[in-house]
Amino acid sequence: MKFTLDWLKEHLDTTASADEIGAALTMIGLELEGMEDEGKVLGAFVIAHVVSAEQHPNADKLKVCKVDAGSGEILDVVCGAPNARSGMKSVFAFPGTYIPGKDITIGKGVIRGQVSNGMLCSAMELGLGNDHDGIIELPQDAPVGKKYVDYAGLNGVVYDISITPNRGDATGVYGIARDLAAFGLGTLKTTDMSPVTSKGKSPIGPLPHEFGPDEMKTIRKFAGRYIKGVRNGPSPAWLQARLRAVGLRPINAIVDITNLVSLGWGRPLHAYDADKLVGQPVLRNARAGEEIDALDNRVYALDETMTVIADDAGPLCLGGIMGGIRSGVVDETVNVFMECASWDPQLVARTGRKTGIVSDARYRLERSVDPALTEPGMELATRLVLELCGGEPMEPVISGEDVYPDTVVQFPLSEVKRLTGLDVSHDKVIDILSRLGFTSEGKGETLSVKVPSWRPDVTQKADLVEEVMRMVGVDAVPVEPLPRLSHVAPRILTSIQNRRRIARRALAARGLDEAVTWSFIPHEEAVRFGGGAESLQLANAIASDMTDMRPSLLPGLIAAARRNAHRGNADIGLFEVGQVFLSDEPEGQHTYAAGIRTGTARLTGAGRHWSGKAADVGVFDAKADLAAVLDALGVDIEKLQLVAEPAPWNHPGRGGRLQLGPKVILGWFGELHPAWAEAMDVDFPVAAFEIDLDALPEPRRKATKSKGALDVSPLMPVKRDFAFLVDRSATAATILKAARGADKALIEDVTVFDVFEGAHVGEGKKSVAIEVTLQPRDRTLTDEEIDKVSGAVVAAVAKATGAVLRS
Amino acid sequence: MSLETQISDLRAELSAAIAAADTEPALEAVRVSALGKKGSVSALLATLGSMPPEERRTAGPAINGLKAEAASLIEARSGELKAKALEARLAAETVDVTLPLQPAPTTRGRIHPVSQVIDEITAIFSDMGFSIAEGPDIETDYFNFTALNFPEGHPAREMHDTFFLKPNAEGERKLLRTHTSPVQVRVMQKTNNPPKAGYITPSIDPPIRVVMPGRTYRNDSDQTHTPMFHQVEGLVIDKSSHIGQLRWVLEEFLKAYFEIPNVTLRFRPSFFPFTEPSMEVDVQCDRSGGEVKIGEGEDWLEILGCGMVHPNVIANAGLDPDVYQGFAWGMGIDRIAMLKYGMPDLRAFFDADQRWLDHYGFRPFDLPTLFGGLSS
Repeated sequence: MKFTLDWLKEHLDTTASADEIGAALTMIGLELEGMEDEGKVLGAFVIAHVVSAEQHPNADKLKVCKVDAGSGEILDVVCGAPNARSGMKSVFAFPGTYIPGKDITIGKGVIRGQVSNGMLCSAMELGLGNDHDGIIELPQDAPVGKKYVDYAGLNGVVYDISITPNRGDATGVYGIARDLAAFGLGTLKTTDMSPVTSKGKSPIGPLPHEFGPDEMKTIRKFAGRYIKGVRNGPSPAWLQARLRAVGLRPINAIVDITNLVSLGWGRPLHAYDADKLVGQPVLRNARAGEEIDALDNRVYALDETMTVIADDAGPLCLGGIMGGIRSGVVDETVNVFMECASWDPQLVARTGRKTGIVSDARYRLERSVDPALTEPGMELATRLVLELCGGEPMEPVISGEDVYPDTVVQFPLSEVKRLTGLDVSHDKVIDILSRLGFTSEGKGETLSVKVPSWRPDVTQKADLVEEVMRMVGVDAVPVEPLPRLSHVAPRILTSIQNRRRIARRALAARGLDEAVTWSFIPHEEAVRFGGGAESLQLANAIASDMTDMRPSLLPGLIAAARRNAHRGNADIGLFEVGQVFLSDEPEGQHTYAAGIRTGTARLTGAGRHWSGKAADVGVFDAKADLAAVLDALGVDIEKLQLVAEPAPWNHPGRGGRLQLGPKVILGWFGELHPAWAEAMDVDFPVAAFEIDLDALPEPRRKATKSKGALDVSPLMPVKRDFAFLVDRSATAATILKAARGADKALIEDVTVFDVFEGAHVGEGKKSVAIEVTLQPRDRTLTDEEIDKVSGAVVAAVAKATGAVLRS
Repeated sequence: MSLETQISDLRAELSAAIAAADTEPALEAVRVSALGKKGSVSALLATLGSMPPEERRTAGPAINGLKAEAASLIEARSGELKAKALEARLAAETVDVTLPLQPAPTTRGRIHPVSQVIDEITAIFSDMGFSIAEGPDIETDYFNFTALNFPEGHPAREMHDTFFLKPNAEGERKLLRTHTSPVQVRVMQKTNNPPKAGYITPSIDPPIRVVMPGRTYRNDSDQTHTPMFHQVEGLVIDKSSHIGQLRWVLEEFLKAYFEIPNVTLRFRPSFFPFTEPSMEVDVQCDRSGGEVKIGEGEDWLEILGCGMVHPNVIANAGLDPDVYQGFAWGMGIDRIAMLKYGMPDLRAFFDADQRWLDHYGFRPFDLPTLFGGLSS
């Protein structure tokens, strides 16, 4: 919210400097976002006369203006504003002037072949509000060549503060002054809001509240006054300047008065042209299909939850939000009906959300407006109308009831010390509260504190502690170390947290870069990787490719690889350790680790190298990454099953599955299925793995940390090689398992050292050669013993796979 | 021919042959031809037996001298030839050691700044006795708002730009958590039911000291806002913790995190529904050079929000707010990563551009610890 120092001083008698006030605002919780002296910023803008405005010869939407800016010469200026026309007065910037609204410095230029010596400016370009419909229009008597800031009364400091949603009381300059006075920065000045003498009965009766028993009713109390025979028109210069300085466009005196009361006292009003009302206005909820043509020149559809002020011809005003054009007050308005109503803040907020209208009234009313100001606010507005526009006030018409929380908080004074650690004397606490408008009763340790009508946000002890702390300042609270807890600290990281950390480091150590990709992915990709359920789709996605919670990390990684490839880097290794969503329940969230290698990005390096050219990535690169993660996590890979049953996204012959027993699937690895690659616009080799870290078995916690004694045999191991001829479909895993099982006591290790296929081994066959290591324990093996084990190995492999020993 | 002439001729012949032998086999052939059983020197030695004793007395030493001399020359020549052969082998084996290596995997893989900063945060808070707590990303309205004292329809809810999921089979409309604060509630909440998933931190009886990092979501996007971002939240609940200790925890953390001794903080009263009193915290900084420098200058930069846990939130968790109290704080992980490591644009965090990851990422063995320093 913006206000000027001058305006503040209307409500606060203070000798504090502008900077002191700025600093105080932040320290009491009204955060200063900006503080500018408009006189300095806008000092270079002058009032100019547009002598003529002709169509630009080379551009439909531009005009070439002859401008008299008081410099003694007539300047050519190109202008794009639709309202630029001969004879008008506007605001002009000479070349070299800084334009705050655009953050540029205007120079001399040639626009579409026409010289332009400066710029005619809109309010937005001056940083004065959002009005950029056209250049500023000034009255004909505006003095050409004079500084615009002097003419418009914009000299002086403008504060811009941010108001938290709980502080409806600070949405008016008066409330800000009250807070600053309580802080000790001056004395609050009061305003005369006493009733004016009415001149007779109102032609408009009290507005009936026409609501059914079950209807949500936004209105609480409606105060209205008919003022007869006003002379409307432009408001006086001081009022126009005040509004302009805070970014509002002056409209006419009556409307400007409503804005003055809204911004000055945080009390929004609405004025109707009484002669445009059809019949007696009422308060009711809108009917389905009704619309309002609002003052922002847009039409809004209304529904049955929105309270409106309506006459016989339909809605006049969307309650608490914005008025309609049909009954708007214009320069020619003679009879005014002034509304000052109190509304349910939550329902105002709801209507505001539904319609998307952001207005000064909504800003205040949804934060709450002091209920004690409903009638006084109307009287104040009446006084201002009588003063500036004349007219005769009729008797006020009132209907409904204000809601006063009337909160009384039992406040033990020890609460301040308990929550803040700060000692504040009882007298000081009572003094602070009283300056903020709270009345305290009682003399002992516990006060009964009555909350003023403008602070409905204060409901309990902690709120009062905040009020005290706000005024004392957090800096006054002494810093005190947090004592260590006496008990032994629990484990800092849980097992799964630790696994993620280790998996990340292990994968990075294998040359993969860690990616963090979006939790939401395009719907078709979610479906492609086994997700896409309705309950995992966003109802209000920010973009069409961020619609579904991801069922897998791979779509994000593949998309990332594709982006990198499009930047010229098709050899890339990426991984992510992050959450996937298998259902919308908490247990549906799992942490996966996934890695992807593309092009030739293998462990030993990508691309061409003097020592050899890297081959394309393949299934074994993915398998190695997966195994490395498992090993880093201390998972005994021997206890898991690796089966040749790939995931749907895998190449069916070049992928596999890792499982724990037949039911618990832990992960997949392999090359990307060509059909998936095509659908995902991937034209480079991709090998990937994905593993569910949550599903991995927990390492068994042993009672002792001792590793046990090292058991090594003093005898030399014996190695024997066997070459088998098997069907092409037989797996190495089966052969190895069979060989190992041939003599569990003696056989220490079995490895595959050669695999080949070809015409000479026969169609549909392959040769698999294994090396078996025998480890004698207590004596050297005899030839007969070795032959016996060899026979057992051959028999076991033959039984398991139908293999024949090659001779 | 006299014996003397014979010896002298043979000496000259042998020394020439030894010098001429330029390989080990050639030298061996010379040795055999002179000192072998049938060699020239051996033949000469054999004549000694048939000589008269007085003649033998002079001839013996002369011929044996020749034998010793020849053996010594051969040995010396053999040494020369070995050295030469080694030299030749070494020359032949010489390679260009300046040829570039294939980069080791550890020089290529990088840890994302978000993970690194979470590890840094963990290192600091674990030293203060905090553990790490977590909860789900898909939350209910209750945990994200209601339990945190956001009244239905309150404008504070609107400040959150919430993502909602489509209604599930039970007609319930879940949401993506807009902050990590729901984890506070889950940790505090008194319940006998263990969480349904292993990653969710079970409820803890006070005293509670937890730090909660995680993904959060808001429907917002520009240079400093992305629809997904990371927050870290802290919570202390016991019977005595107050704002003075909150100030200490935050000051200690920020000094340790930014690795500078002089971090000046400014606490401003503010508003959050779940804390009372609430404060925003600014850190003193210098922005004159385009980049933000913490610990110097005259500017203030908002860095986190905090406050005493609201009595309603404590009560919603099933604890008595007149007995239990404590404080909480929250800040953006991506944001403090940007401040410490100088990334200009938040959006790039989630683009997985390898050039960005290689530049802003961390080596796999850059492990943030207090004993080894948070960052290298």
